[in-house]
Amino acid sequence: MPGSDNSHSPAFKTSAWISSKRYWYWLSVLLPTIPLISAALAIRTGTGSWLWFTVFFMYAILPAADYIFGIDEANPDDELIEKLKDDRYYVHIMYVVTVMHWVSLVGMAYVVSHYEWSWFSILGAALSAGIINGVGLVVGHEMGHKVRDKSQVACAKIVMACSGYGHFSIEHNKGHHRHVATPEDPASSRLGESIYKFSKREMPGAFRRAWSLETERLQRLGKSEWSLDNEIIQPALLTISAYVLMLALFGPVMIPFLLIAAGFGWWQLTCANYVEHYGLLRLKRENGRYERCAPQHSWNSNHKVSNLLLLQLQRHSDHHAHPTSPYQVLRDYADVPGLPSGYPWMFFVAMFPWAWFSLMDPKVVAWAEADMNRVNLDPDLRDELFSRYHNPQTV
Amino acid sequence: MSTKQAENTVMKQYRCPDCGYIYAESAGAEHEGYRAGTLWKELPEDFPCPDCFITEKPDFVLLE
Repeated sequence: MPGSDNSHSPAFKTSAWISSKRYWYWLSVLLPTIPLISAALAIRTGTGSWLWFTVFFMYAILPAADYIFGIDEANPDDELIEKLKDDRYYVHIMYVVTVMHWVSLVGMAYVVSHYEWSWFSILGAALSAGIINGVGLVVGHEMGHKVRDKSQVACAKIVMACSGYGHFSIEHNKGHHRHVATPEDPASSRLGESIYKFSKREMPGAFRRAWSLETERLQRLGKSEWSLDNEIIQPALLTISAYVLMLALFGPVMIPFLLIAAGFGWWQLTCANYVEHYGLLRLKRENGRYERCAPQHSWNSNHKVSNLLLLQLQRHSDHHAHPTSPYQVLRDYADVPGLPSGYPWMFFVAMFPWAWFSLMDPKVVAWAEADMNRVNLDPDLRDELFSRYHNPQTV
Repeated sequence: MSTKQAENTVMKQYRCPDCGYIYAESAGAEHEGYRAGTLWKELPEDFPCPDCFITEKPDFVLLE
């Protein structure tokens, strides 16, 4: 049965593992220290290439770890979910993570500006900081969904301000979740669309949608969009203040460093949006509204290591079916479209469009049972994709 | 009974079938710009759940 939960492991083993994950989530706190530790090694050994280590960690070590440790079959049952869902412990981890992201960014800025490095090493440091900025957006994403909890919403703004992407909560909650897996959503990728083409639609589209949603909200409140109540302006002011301060303290090298680190953080988020719903489409009902978002409208990945590091974001089918569920209770589903690896490897593959298309296009076609009318496809390639793949078995 | 109390007693509540959020007319949804006392019929048809944002006004269930 589609969407039924996958709880076939022995109950005892399952619940022991789920309980131990409580401690494994502290990996999210350690993650932002990786660039700092590698920077310390770079300084001690005088080898600037250590500053690239986080990039290597993301695209080589994590995919290997996902391959070795495999998938996480454990799902919390209803009783355990009741116990876990309101446990503030899991929220407190994210508050510590928020602090660590700023420590990591400022620490890397200090390292880049206070020692002699080649431009190539500085590039490595900036991209490493960018990967951590991207992970920061995952944490911000999780907290940004908890709109009833003022402190989580505030923390989401703070952590997303590391890379100046504070509009994301508004865009994501009110825009993406509502229109996901429809042609109208700039944050859902289409069959045949490369990540580079997608990013040109996604990045400006997401910002425009966030701004217009926030403007509408402020208009209802009788306020100008140019007020301090604007929740896009609030985190942006934090970013601008922090960046200006770092520029003043650490010098002009901050201009390329911070821009590349922020840009590569945004890129990580674009990669996430790209892989999460590629080609999947919700059908329009007779009343003109789209069918409700179901678990089969997201690509799911249940890889153990990357899920522990990314707050189970990859259990994306459950996240879209229940957007307010906290990360510790997200479940895996059987019979939902599955990614062949965790996000780190999928993000890497996505950067090579031919490899991505040959890996993923057949999966999308199989998901839609070769009915191209059920696929979210690139309108520029409509005829080509129809002639290549359209072959529905049922009438 | 004062007029205000009389109004309160007829104020209705609607529940989001997905996340369980309850829209109480007496409370409105202040952050989203719908002041306390905003009646259900005054909300636009595309009013989304102010908590999960995936359901819309026609999906909500009246609490009796």
